[in-house]
Amino acid sequence: MLNTKTITDLKEGYSKGDFTPADVVKTLDKSIEEKDGEINAFISRDTEQALEAASKADTSLPLGGVPIAIKDNINVIGEPCTCASQFLKGAYKAPYNATIINKLLAAGAIPFGRANLDEFAMGSSTENSSFHKTKNPHDLSRIPGGSSGGSAACVGGDLAIAALGSDTGGSIRQPASHCGVVGFKPSYGRVSRYGLVAFASSLDQIGPLTKSVTDAALLTNVLAGHDPMDSTSLKIETPDFTQGINDGVAGKKIGVPKEYMDGDLHPAVKEAVQSAIKALEKEGAEIVEVSLPHTKYCVPTYYILAPAEASSNLSRFDGVRYGNRSTDVTDVLSMYENSREEGFGSEVKRRILLGTYVLSSGYYDAYYIKAQKVRTLIMQDFTKVFQVVDAIIAPVSPDPARKIGENDGDPLKEYLADIFTIAANLAGIPAISVPCGTASVDGKELPIGLQVLGPYLEDQTVFQVARAWEALYQD
Amino acid sequence: MSDNLDISHVARLARLKLSEEEAAEFTPQLQTIISHIDSLSELDVSGVEPSAHSSPVFAIPRLDEPGVSLSQESLEQIAPAFTQEQVRVPRVVES
Repeated sequence: MLNTKTITDLKEGYSKGDFTPADVVKTLDKSIEEKDGEINAFISRDTEQALEAASKADTSLPLGGVPIAIKDNINVIGEPCTCASQFLKGAYKAPYNATIINKLLAAGAIPFGRANLDEFAMGSSTENSSFHKTKNPHDLSRIPGGSSGGSAACVGGDLAIAALGSDTGGSIRQPASHCGVVGFKPSYGRVSRYGLVAFASSLDQIGPLTKSVTDAALLTNVLAGHDPMDSTSLKIETPDFTQGINDGVAGKKIGVPKEYMDGDLHPAVKEAVQSAIKALEKEGAEIVEVSLPHTKYCVPTYYILAPAEASSNLSRFDGVRYGNRSTDVTDVLSMYENSREEGFGSEVKRRILLGTYVLSSGYYDAYYIKAQKVRTLIMQDFTKVFQVVDAIIAPVSPDPARKIGENDGDPLKEYLADIFTIAANLAGIPAISVPCGTASVDGKELPIGLQVLGPYLEDQTVFQVARAWEALYQD
Repeated sequence: MSDNLDISHVARLARLKLSEEEAAEFTPQLQTIISHIDSLSELDVSGVEPSAHSSPVFAIPRLDEPGVSLSQESLEQIAPAFTQEQVRVPRVVES
């Protein structure tokens, strides 16, 4: 079945002439027709356009003829970019390409399908999409995770070969973990954010969701690189991320943070991570217990900084230049207030309110500046640990995918589950989620992810350790 | 500090016209979240520099070279109201 293949498989199949890009697009389209009525991973897709691109695909290019699903908060010229929000539904078609879309096209890839997400990427379940709730392909009564839940579910459900997501506090890694796929957040500044609808600019990174670690590295090769349109994009050389990926972990020092493993973990998650640790040790890695003492402050720090940045970024959605403009308008102020009230869902409003509160007069120093200082302490925790170890391994999420609706009305409970993924965004370091077992819950096997974190700009080390584990796991 | 949350004031600052039901739903939720983030107050951060970013990246201006920008036509297509090559908005200045 072509829809189950990896990017690496497709490249090989194309070069041998076993099948064509059009065959792959047609097979994916068929599996979407058959299964997406239940999974609801996609918001939209243009099969005709994808088939036309497939017919012209140059398969000699790095991603030639490879269909990639795109999270619906990334601008693709002429296509809707809804951010799963009523604010942008129907009213907006992108007037330009995100830089990474231009890079994908130049590498021969075929953007195919717009993946569902929590509205404006705010959430960890994809329940906050204003279109529909995406289901976990391994158990349709459960969430796929979020915010890149559509991207993870389409790859995990074999409705896509690979997908792009964005990760602000775990939004690639956590859904990858819940859906049994690989999800990678590059070092901050590696990948251009130009054309990604901004949520929290100092934390957002675009990254791949794939069926293998090597595929994630192949996609990152194309995505990474300096972009003059993004002032936070790094002016540094992009290495070949696949280089050394199969070199194993012998001689590598790998840290296991005690604050993560001593926390409130589901027994199956703890067991899966511990067996990965043992297996890597057997392969010659030196396992070291390390401490990240400010771990318990990650969630409060993130839920000050991210909403603060979001409240500022989302002020652009005012009904003036694009998106929803209320018809109930008497003056400029009512245009702003009514357009935003009609266009935003509950979670987006909650975060805008929280962000506005922590930035408001009298609270700015106590919350926003304080959180920025704690961010420094969290970054220093990692700097100290990475003086001793090459990489860190940890869980991705404390629990396997929860039931849809389980955290309704309790946003704090939902936020607290982000504990293990947030730190990488605050510190800007690269991190990946790679499948590492399942939990048997209610007769279903729910995927569990292993997280590998590396020092800033040491993305290659992260791929190498993740690939070493993947090779052991597949055996 | 969560007792001081005046949601109508914050909503006004955020340019959100909340319904009464939303205000009633959000207030206790935000108070719970604010109580949680208040835990940062137990940390002594004297002498610690704030980090706005994880890496030392600051606004780096591009070279001031003319280039192709978005066309007016492409912006007209997405604007809610567009007249005489301009985005139209309700009257801003009182006559």
